[in-house]
Amino acid sequence: MTVEIRMPTILRPHVGGVSSVKADGTTVGEIFDGLMEQFPSLKGQLITEAGDLHRFVNVYRNDDDIRYLERLDTPLNESDVVSIIPAVAGG
Amino acid sequence: MFTEPTLRLTEGDYLTILGHCYDGLPDEACGMLAGRLVHGTTVPDGRVEAVYPCANADASARTYTVDPKDLLRAMRDAEARGLEIVGVYHSHTHTEAWPSPTDVRQAVDPSWLYLIVSLKDGDPVLRAFRIQNGNIAEVAAVLES
Repeated sequence: MTVEIRMPTILRPHVGGVSSVKADGTTVGEIFDGLMEQFPSLKGQLITEAGDLHRFVNVYRNDDDIRYLERLDTPLNESDVVSIIPAVAGG
Repeated sequence: MFTEPTLRLTEGDYLTILGHCYDGLPDEACGMLAGRLVHGTTVPDGRVEAVYPCANADASARTYTVDPKDLLRAMRDAEARGLEIVGVYHSHTHTEAWPSPTDVRQAVDPSWLYLIVSLKDGDPVLRAFRIQNGNIAEVAAVLES
């Protein structure tokens, strides 16, 4: 199953400069694996060495933050859109 | 040769930002800026074409985190209008309009414009910056009618 992933500007250089890419998988974790296989420089940008979501990114399945769903195990349907957004913060 | 963009803001957008910063007191307020990139680069051309006030998820007078759902909404609206997110604004309630060490440490995108409004004194002070690899570069900010 192929799912659309929306990329923030900061990560677009890793995916050839485009705002949207597609990857195969049935969970967020699986499509991230597919994404990193296609674009190896994304490794370390999304997932920590411990295998969890990096704290500097938020990931949404449609309108829902996957941290409040099943995190990387969140299931996906073909019509879902996954959005990666940066954590924007300061003081 | 690379030139820093000049931040250009309409008076209406300036007032939106200012109003949001005052409304946010005593906490810091924050929001996103959308515009266009210089063709073929990731550098904003400097003209702000849309302003998106967002909730400060920290609800704090010392720090801000742009509510991710508000950010997602801003990204979608900007894209629908053919724009890009080109920066972020936030208020400093008790300090100068200059990036704090936290601002520098957490600066997420080196191409973005970082706009800071200080409400420390009677009159608000707005300044704009780029933050790249820990270095702060102020950029000129002009108001347009």
